[in-house]
Amino acid sequence: MMNKIEIKNVNLYYDKFQALKNVNMVVPENRITAFIGPSGCGKSTLLKSLNRMNDLIPGCRIQGEVRLDDENIYGEMDVNQLRKRVGMVFQKPNPFPMSIYDNIAYGPKTHGIRNRTELDEIVVGSLQAAAIWDEVKDRLKKNALSLSGGQQQRICIARALAVEPEVLLMDEPTSALDPISTAKIEDLVLELRNTYTIVIVTHNMQQAVRVSDRTAFFLLGEVVEYADTDKLFSVPRDKRTEDYITGRFG
Amino acid sequence: MKSAIKEKAFEILFLLAALSSTAAVLLICVFLFANGVPAMAEIGWFDFLLGRNWSPQDVPASYGILPMILGSIYVTAGAVIIGVPIGILTAVYLARFCPPRLYRRLKPAVDLLAGIPSVIYGFFGLMVIVPLLRELLGGTGNSMLAASILLGMMILPTVIGISEAAIRAVPESYYEGALALGASHERAVFFAQLPAARSGIMAAVVLGVGRAIGETMAVIMVAGNQARMPDGILYGVRTLTANIVTEMGYAADLHREALIATGVVLFVFILLINLCFSILNRRGERA
Repeated sequence: MMNKIEIKNVNLYYDKFQALKNVNMVVPENRITAFIGPSGCGKSTLLKSLNRMNDLIPGCRIQGEVRLDDENIYGEMDVNQLRKRVGMVFQKPNPFPMSIYDNIAYGPKTHGIRNRTELDEIVVGSLQAAAIWDEVKDRLKKNALSLSGGQQQRICIARALAVEPEVLLMDEPTSALDPISTAKIEDLVLELRNTYTIVIVTHNMQQAVRVSDRTAFFLLGEVVEYADTDKLFSVPRDKRTEDYITGRFG
Repeated sequence: MKSAIKEKAFEILFLLAALSSTAAVLLICVFLFANGVPAMAEIGWFDFLLGRNWSPQDVPASYGILPMILGSIYVTAGAVIIGVPIGILTAVYLARFCPPRLYRRLKPAVDLLAGIPSVIYGFFGLMVIVPLLRELLGGTGNSMLAASILLGMMILPTVIGISEAAIRAVPESYYEGALALGASHERAVFFAQLPAARSGIMAAVVLGVGRAIGETMAVIMVAGNQARMPDGILYGVRTLTANIVTEMGYAADLHREALIATGVVLFVFILLINLCFSILNRRGERA
């Protein structure tokens, strides 16, 4: 099993507040890694530092290294190229207020693809990969905001897949969705596992059990425990992990 | 009991205040249409609106305002061509690119532009734009182009202010979504945020058009004001507003009523523009 991302001695501060404390972790390739923990534990912060979306937050400073295929993403690497390789799906579905087609084509166009047939193929392929093709194939010119929340989120996944990323970051992708839409997204995530390295933040422990291979438990900016998902949930080594997964706090 | 009466009294007071502004609009409507419409009927609708000759002093007099309708439309279109691109780009800069320190100086400057009296704009046009055009392009300088440039400047604060607000109202999640796909700041702003602000920006343009078409003083000072069919951007034009102001002082009888009818045409233009504006606003709220 290859390591796709290596996180080395990462400390992250929002002004004076330390949000991540000496985090070390490896994310395996073509596996699903879940980040769990109570609100404010730093799991989303670490996720956003993997494609440098934290750069947008004023006062955010990061120390240490995040290596993607053994290259430090906080070094020479171009941040737009990084985000092409490491895609992201947000907590709240955020399709652009334009047609479904244009939503999916936005990324490829950004990276220089202008040929119409090529774009058509990418759009169809991405929508199929995101398991939403059948629902939208007759209305690609419709505004993406006219879709339901679950459909919008799968449009966002298709949009992320359209730039052919290597890693897909998902920040609580189902927390705004109903159970049926959630199940669809989870099935989709499991299917994507063969092609992409996926990191998913979730506040839903059952979801972590259902979809992930590896799970990291965060508390107060620290990674308390990081192990195979079945191990972490059946025989947690740390008392705090056990307390959390048995529902004693959080 | 006493407080209830007091409350009622104030309610009526506020109602009267609100009604007074509505009444003002209604009175203007009644005055304009009562005086203008019979004149249009007397001259002949067709001869008035599509007549190419405005010679109220001739015998028989001729009251065709097509030259002025076209003059207003051309000058306004020119103002839009000049003012809207600059205005929108300025708004984008202020909303998404401008460092805060610079913003604190630029924003008041733009706002000040809105507060300058139009006669001052007119002076500026007369002393700077007209001589410049005369030097560079020949002719008198008093021209459609001069009026368009001046109006383009005058609509800037309207276009900038409303466009900037529209861009700022776009949810940040669109911007973040674009960045997460590997888009640069510029691409995220121009191809994700700006399209999302489209209806608000259209509203800004429409209000700018309203400002340009209704402007009088500054236009009179630089446009030449010849009441003939517009010949080209380097020749003089007369707008609807200029037609009213330049002749109202000495006009009498049908001539005077024809000028009021000119006002009716202008008023209808403004009503249409406001209608566009409210439709765009409603569409913006739904999106």
